[in-house]
Amino acid sequence: MSYEVNGKTVDHDEEGYITEIGSWSEEIAKIIAQAEGVAMTDEHWEVIRFLREYYNEYQIAPAVRVLTKAVAKKLGPEKGNNKYLYELFPYGPGKQACKIAGLPKPTGCV
Amino acid sequence: MLHTVNKSPFERNALDACLTHAKKGSAVLLFEDGVYAATKGTAPGNTVAGVAKDLKIFVLGPDLKARGYDESQVVAGVTVVDYGGFVDLVVEHGPVTAWL
Amino acid sequence: MSQGDEPSFETGVVKKFLYLNRKAPYGTVYALEVLEMVLISAAFEQDVHLAFVDDGVYQIRKGQDTKSVEMKSFLPTYRALEGYDIEKLYVEKESMEERGLTSGDFVVPVEVIDRAAMGSLIDSMDVVLGG
Repeated sequence: MSYEVNGKTVDHDEEGYITEIGSWSEEIAKIIAQAEGVAMTDEHWEVIRFLREYYNEYQIAPAVRVLTKAVAKKLGPEKGNNKYLYELFPYGPGKQACKIAGLPKPTGCV
Repeated sequence: MLHTVNKSPFERNALDACLTHAKKGSAVLLFEDGVYAATKGTAPGNTVAGVAKDLKIFVLGPDLKARGYDESQVVAGVTVVDYGGFVDLVVEHGPVTAWL
Repeated sequence: MSQGDEPSFETGVVKKFLYLNRKAPYGTVYALEVLEMVLISAAFEQDVHLAFVDDGVYQIRKGQDTKSVEMKSFLPTYRALEGYDIEKLYVEKESMEERGLTSGDFVVPVEVIDRAAMGSLIDSMDVVLGG
């Protein structure tokens, strides 16, 4: 299973998470977002970038509770809350945003 | 003969078993969790340094680095080798006895 | 208090959990498996403690560089534990000293306690999971 980007193929698992984090690009993010029905705005990209930075620092995708708290710390409480993050990513800032960001499914997501 | 030890000396007796059986002049390579036996400030490190005059002791550099150690933290008398060096040891000193 | 796309187990019972780490990283898979278990268990909002005993103290030693062994280093993930509200980390003094380590060698803040105190800590737990 794979996404097609500019003639290149990027493998993903049965749920759509790309299997090699290094193969991520903004182009792929747009394709995944489209498949998820998410229209990407600057606010979406801000969260995606935040997730990429979190992964680079800690080598894991954060649980949603941890993500919310960390976003609040970095971007302010008006963004670090469930309402804001679920409006951006209706299927969950953990599962859906991580998928678009090219991260593995958050550890602890069942 | 090349003897290899890949277990932590704190957890298993593989190092002791190896050192009490290895004949003078043979080579011993410490790798994976065996590299902890070559670190300064430990009892196994002192043991290894003590036998280094009778045995040729080597330690695998990539495994040391993975565990956060550099060459300056390896006891005297032990030579750090890379994967190519591992192969050379097998060629030069084989057969291999693996102490698991 | 937890809402989100994770299961929430609001049983109201908070137990004292101890993850007892006794293995060096990389040589075996125990350290990584326990760490993953700890991260997963964070969703259950229990009173989590981590202890590093025997070769387990090597898990959180600074400076691990796994590029040349082509394995992923999970050292940075220990630093994420604080964000999961897991901040009760204990290192056994005797184990640390036997390995030529000091409290400054660790990548996360830990409380160094002696073997007798470690025994008491273990004794005070509701659930102890070893690895």
